[in-house]
Amino acid sequence: MRQFVTVTAKAAPMPAANIDTDQIIPARFLRRPRKEGYGDCLFYDARFDEAGRERPGHVLNQERYADAQILVTGRNFGSGSSREAAVYALADYGFRAVVAPSFGDIFFNNALINGFLPVRLPEEEVSEIVGVISSDAGDNTIRIDLEKLILEAGGKTYRFHIDGLKRRCLLEGLDDIALTRTHTDEIEAFERRHFERMPWLGDRRRTAESQDRG
Amino acid sequence: MSQTLFEKVWSSHEILRTEDGDSLLYVDRHLVHEGSRTAIDKLDDNQLGVARRHQTFGTADHYVPTQGGLDSLAVDQRKMVETFDANMSRFGIEAWGLGTRRQGIVHVIGPELGLTLPGMVLVCGDSHTSTHGALGALAFGIGASEVAHVLATQAIWQRTPKAMRVSVNGRLAPGVFAKDVILAIIAKIGTGGATGHVIEYAGPVIEAMSIEERLTVCNMSIEAGARAGLVAPDETTFAYVRDRPFAPTGEMLEQAIAYWRSLRTDTDARFDAEITIDQELHAPMITWGTTPETAIPVDGTIPDPESAGSPERRDEWQRALDYMGLAAGERLQDVQIDQVFIGSCTNGRIEDLRAAAEVAKKGRARVPVLVSPGSMSVRAQAEAEGLDRIFTEAGFEWRGAGCSMCVGMNGDLVGFQKRSVSTSNRNFVGRQGVGARTHLASPASAAASALCGHIADVRSLF
Repeated sequence: MRQFVTVTAKAAPMPAANIDTDQIIPARFLRRPRKEGYGDCLFYDARFDEAGRERPGHVLNQERYADAQILVTGRNFGSGSSREAAVYALADYGFRAVVAPSFGDIFFNNALINGFLPVRLPEEEVSEIVGVISSDAGDNTIRIDLEKLILEAGGKTYRFHIDGLKRRCLLEGLDDIALTRTHTDEIEAFERRHFERMPWLGDRRRTAESQDRG
Repeated sequence: MSQTLFEKVWSSHEILRTEDGDSLLYVDRHLVHEGSRTAIDKLDDNQLGVARRHQTFGTADHYVPTQGGLDSLAVDQRKMVETFDANMSRFGIEAWGLGTRRQGIVHVIGPELGLTLPGMVLVCGDSHTSTHGALGALAFGIGASEVAHVLATQAIWQRTPKAMRVSVNGRLAPGVFAKDVILAIIAKIGTGGATGHVIEYAGPVIEAMSIEERLTVCNMSIEAGARAGLVAPDETTFAYVRDRPFAPTGEMLEQAIAYWRSLRTDTDARFDAEITIDQELHAPMITWGTTPETAIPVDGTIPDPESAGSPERRDEWQRALDYMGLAAGERLQDVQIDQVFIGSCTNGRIEDLRAAAEVAKKGRARVPVLVSPGSMSVRAQAEAEGLDRIFTEAGFEWRGAGCSMCVGMNGDLVGFQKRSVSTSNRNFVGRQGVGARTHLASPASAAASALCGHIADVRSLF
């Protein structure tokens, strides 16, 4: 997994709330193989019109934000469908982090596994940062430090929190499957006790095979 | 110590817990569909196998056509269905592909086949996995990387969510269904109202519900932000589970039921949040905007963004109205519609089709209606009851089983700026197609709207 320690980059404001994963990447793009990349599909129906031309009003079509790597957005970002392609699209486009007051839980987890940092800050702090990066006079550079759990924007420092294992995986670039496989003995020991206690939960083959199946 | 239902299921599946509060949970059942492609590619890239193939089951639902067979699909859609079949047989995972008798939407076939049981931890790479909580399972949706993790290890890392109880009191007025109950709940707590929580649904209305009704309620927990929603297993649950093909039988079933009885939330257990619903169940609900929280009683008028409470909310509501082609103050029932969809993991079960058919008997569709049963088993049952004839005589199209027009991945789409009344779960911008305008409603309300050609109050037809 891609490591995340500190990132200093331009930020783009997208203050709308409830940007769900269907808006981040419409369902019709999900059949594309992962290896072909999803960056061009990001926010597709908002960024492009029906003829595929860029909508000039969209923040990512403005020169100032063209090379943004941090997105600052409204509450409940990434709600809805569990499609991990929402994270792929953001990451493939070039984003490293997204800052919002709240996130859909599944999106939040998907992001962390992909070396992409979701930063939760109180709504008023997010509004303040949106103000700074939207202002023509302001500098739209943000610095995020995952080690120290701080975000710096507009000369101010904001503290955020992210817990435990997934932070460690991000900081060290660890693969979660490899990590879990170091616990294989514990999983197997648990499983033996679990199926002794609840024998109906195990392998269902025998029951199933005695039934008429289609 | 007193525990909630959720805590009991959680703690009985905790393999280990780190000092930082990360739990490694054991997964009893893993359901997969065509979307598992990315996860399986990841396994292949890392030369990993499937750890517990006999606790993993598959069905083709997201991309399958509801008519015309595989040939009706575009090449890349067809490839998703074929890759799924190939992956399932390569890993020896029992799966129901297109054309098999038990194929259907993953959240319909899980409970239907007895793959979902009370007290288990069940995951699937789909956000509506919360559905299975209706049986008292802890069931939640996961992303592709987590699917790969579960396939490889049969376990998943989670941080303990908070517990919320939603008590639904009173009783349902005529024309008010489980779908209306969950829309009312989401309207009350908001699309992010249960983020970070697992919801336990309780109270007399929930207790009186059938399992199919509870499945509808739990299905949309994710639309309030909750990862999972569950209902305490009771006699209704045990009767439902009995005789399902994959459910335990005989002595094993009795042993299981004895354990399932112990899962109820202890009387003095504490929840992090408590919500009560009672006055909200007097009318069928329908959404006007682009999030499920915009549900209002069908006899209401579209609200004014000026009353939204904050400048941000006002702008949000205005954007939703612009997208939906609606204006504040309009009566919802006067809104003309272009098509109707009846189906999905929310409302594609036999009781849903019976409710829609009861209404369909009363007239003829004025707009195109697509009915997609949630599974081929539901389809067979409906045909045995003659529901298919009621639908076709009313001018409704009777199709095959799959996710269909809920998400449109198989090409069943709502047109640009066309308006649908849909029994599905998401009215998001672009969800049913580019520019599609979706109003979420119950099967009875959807059928009534089909007969009227505009959003309709089903109570006016009886």
